[in-house]
Amino acid sequence: MKTTDLIQVEGLRRRFDLSEPWLVRLLARRPKRFLDAVDDVSFSIERGKTYALVGESGSGKSTIALMAVGLLRPSSGHILIDGHNLYDRSRSEAEHRRIRQRLQMVFQSPYASLNPRWRVGSILKEPLRVFGLTQGPKAETHRVHELLEQVGLSVSDASRFPHEFSGGQRQRISIARALASRPDFIVCDEPTSALDVSVQAQVLNLLKDLQKDLGLTYLFITHDLAVVRVMAHRIGVLKSGRLVEEEDTKRLIEFPQSDYTRMLIRSAPRIRPSD
Amino acid sequence: MISEKRFLRRFQESDFLHDFKRSPVTIVSFAVVVVLFLLAVFAELVAPTNPFDVGSLNLMNGFTPPMQPNAFTGEVFPLGTDDQGRDLLSAIIFGLRVSLFVGLTAVILAMVLGVSLGLLAGYRGGWVDSLIMRAADIQVTFPSILIAMLIFGVARGLLPPSMRDELAISVLIISIGLSEWVPFARTVRGTTLVEKEKEYVQAARLIGLSSGQIMLRHILPNVLSPVLVIATITLALAIIAEATLSFLGVGAPPTEPSLGTLIRIGQDFLFSGEWWILIFPAATLLALALSVNLLGDWLRDILNPRLK
Amino acid sequence: MTDSILSVRNLRVVFPHRHGKLVAIDNISFHIQRGEIIGFVGESGAGKSMTGAAIIGLIDPPGYIERGEIWLDNLRIDQSVRGDASLIRGKRISMIFQDPLTSLNPLRTIGDQLMETILTHLPLSAEAARKKAISSLEEVDIDPSRFGAYPHEFSGGMRQRVVIALALCAEPELIIADEPTTALDVSVQAQVLDLLKRLCRERGASVMLITHDMGVIAETTDRVAVLYAGRLAEIGPTQTLLSNPKHPYTRGLIASTPSVESGDIGTHLFQIRGTMPRLDALPPGCRFHPRCEQIMARCRSEQPEVAENGAACFLYEDD
Repeated sequence: MKTTDLIQVEGLRRRFDLSEPWLVRLLARRPKRFLDAVDDVSFSIERGKTYALVGESGSGKSTIALMAVGLLRPSSGHILIDGHNLYDRSRSEAEHRRIRQRLQMVFQSPYASLNPRWRVGSILKEPLRVFGLTQGPKAETHRVHELLEQVGLSVSDASRFPHEFSGGQRQRISIARALASRPDFIVCDEPTSALDVSVQAQVLNLLKDLQKDLGLTYLFITHDLAVVRVMAHRIGVLKSGRLVEEEDTKRLIEFPQSDYTRMLIRSAPRIRPSD
Repeated sequence: MISEKRFLRRFQESDFLHDFKRSPVTIVSFAVVVVLFLLAVFAELVAPTNPFDVGSLNLMNGFTPPMQPNAFTGEVFPLGTDDQGRDLLSAIIFGLRVSLFVGLTAVILAMVLGVSLGLLAGYRGGWVDSLIMRAADIQVTFPSILIAMLIFGVARGLLPPSMRDELAISVLIISIGLSEWVPFARTVRGTTLVEKEKEYVQAARLIGLSSGQIMLRHILPNVLSPVLVIATITLALAIIAEATLSFLGVGAPPTEPSLGTLIRIGQDFLFSGEWWILIFPAATLLALALSVNLLGDWLRDILNPRLK
Repeated sequence: MTDSILSVRNLRVVFPHRHGKLVAIDNISFHIQRGEIIGFVGESGAGKSMTGAAIIGLIDPPGYIERGEIWLDNLRIDQSVRGDASLIRGKRISMIFQDPLTSLNPLRTIGDQLMETILTHLPLSAEAARKKAISSLEEVDIDPSRFGAYPHEFSGGMRQRVVIALALCAEPELIIADEPTTALDVSVQAQVLDLLKRLCRERGASVMLITHDMGVIAETTDRVAVLYAGRLAEIGPTQTLLSNPKHPYTRGLIASTPSVESGDIGTHLFQIRGTMPRLDALPPGCRFHPRCEQIMARCRSEQPEVAENGAACFLYEDD
């Protein structure tokens, strides 16, 4: 592992048990059924860079996203952040919290990722309180305002509810929430798939600027190769839970090695086919 | 302060108030409920007499018809008197208090129990969910009155006779409350199942919140809207349940009679001509239960399309 | 004009509510030629789906067509009484929706659903209808042996092909496809669009393709209409519009779309500042003016109409 790597994923596997209830299996004499959603995936992400996982539905990219951020335990293999195993059971609660603070996620759905009954200010304050990052209400409010301005929203937005905002603005709020705990690593799970094109441009630019300003490392999950081209330093192509090809962005798109990658590139719609 | 004014203005302009004003049935139901509620709360101030002060009763006043002077004492009672000479209007007002108190407290108990179990079942899933839901299924196969009677009977058997009357009301509340938790639990469980898959719950898990914290702070506020509707309907049911139990003689004791107890007393005299002893308490009970029910119906109707 | 299968003139669709009314579509006019594939592109809330719904008569109440005319060939259809509407809908105009899961009845086999549509609109015997249903399936590359299968037994892409078969089996003259491939994987998307294109060309049917994806527009359509906040911003032949967009919104939209063929990590995507206005907060004058880089004085107070060059923009007046 290079010292420049922040995240290292090794031999990651996740198996889901899709078996029917045991009584049914017993009576019908059927075996258990499993789905290997993620099958022996390994890659690493350099500090301050963006690694994109590209795949279609069923490729396992969302499952990897959940595992990378600590929300789903792998069946085998490990994920290391700065050399620390994410799923080390022997770790103390305090150590666990320190590691959790370094990880964050931006979700795909702008509508389901914010609690509709909470005001934006409370949503942003929550990580501050859980990690004890600010002392006193004044410092808390100051930090909330800071976060809102960082994502291009205004201070008065803190007292509003999520439904008062558009999809793009809600994604900005999600990004602000992700930034609150000052993480090193953010998993972006199709953050702009549900947004209109012009709004997508705004959000992608924001993510890029934040990476530059704060030295963030991103795992960017998407199915859109065009987005990946401007967002990622390195791409991993996933098919049915396996990493089919992995390469630096420009080289992968211009000189794809696997048929699957070639097919994905070919199918990406082009605005100017004459290009 | 600014936010309160804003809230008031938003409420005034809201669809909620607008729909309310457009439905005369709802306005009347709401008015009836409010009036009855106020009567019950301010019973001591409103009722002309205290019907439970044995000393103030005059047996000679017994069986006086409404609005007619008593043959012996010349006193007039707006709704007549019962066999003991108790002013029926006062008895109804105090009886209303007992009915409402028991009904409200029982509903609150059912709500707290049902919502908690529903949250737990929905969020935890697995055997916890199965256990709670099977308990619910079993309970629902029995009529709630029977369950209330069962609990009441058991409690009565366990308590020493001297305490029985004092604790009758508490036992009544508990037995009705325990028989009505299922609709709350089922509805809350359904909504919880949907909410827990949403990304904002994942975001909360991400920062390390415990299941309890997530259920209470994040999911609970989002499962409450149907609960309000169920609560109003359950209130009507609880009021009727209490009246039934008291009517059967296993509810509110004669020392603290509810509307049901009064109906029971009046029943004996219906066909001997003293109809008012039954009719007035029954009419009050009907008005109360019906109004609460209609309010609940209206609430359900307007809260539903809001989901769009 | 003589060759147009659909003609929409000055269409205006409104949604009344307590405080007034929301104008979802404001004075849109266009024609669809026989056999052409025209795209309707715009962002959420622009009114593209609403236009399709208006044509086929499926606007959700309380919305209604306040003004304008919709002509199918030489028949006026915006005022159809109930009986007429069902003759046109499904037979002469059919529709394809976004979600293949909910477009098909999960409780009935696809064969049944095809036969039902055929028998409703064509005067055929059951035997002939069955034959036609089977040939419909073959046309969309689905093995006829799957006639008795249920929708859940198919993948998303195949279901959408079944939906296309359903839409085509009554031999409509116009198909309105509302985001038909948005829910599909990219690889499947290309196949489905090719299929749609080929089949429609073969039958001379026209397609109104509603989408938010410029790439889909580029690869599938002959002409394209760009909608913004309920009005037409620009309309014209696809290749011309994409290589030489005139309306600042169209230009901005194309510039903010990332391309798989160019750019790298250092590229800063072009962004149109601001967001599309909500229907209850429409700006006066040209609806795009608050976000326009080339705004002029008159844009704030006057609304431009679509000119000869296809764009509704004052930049081109007096040219």
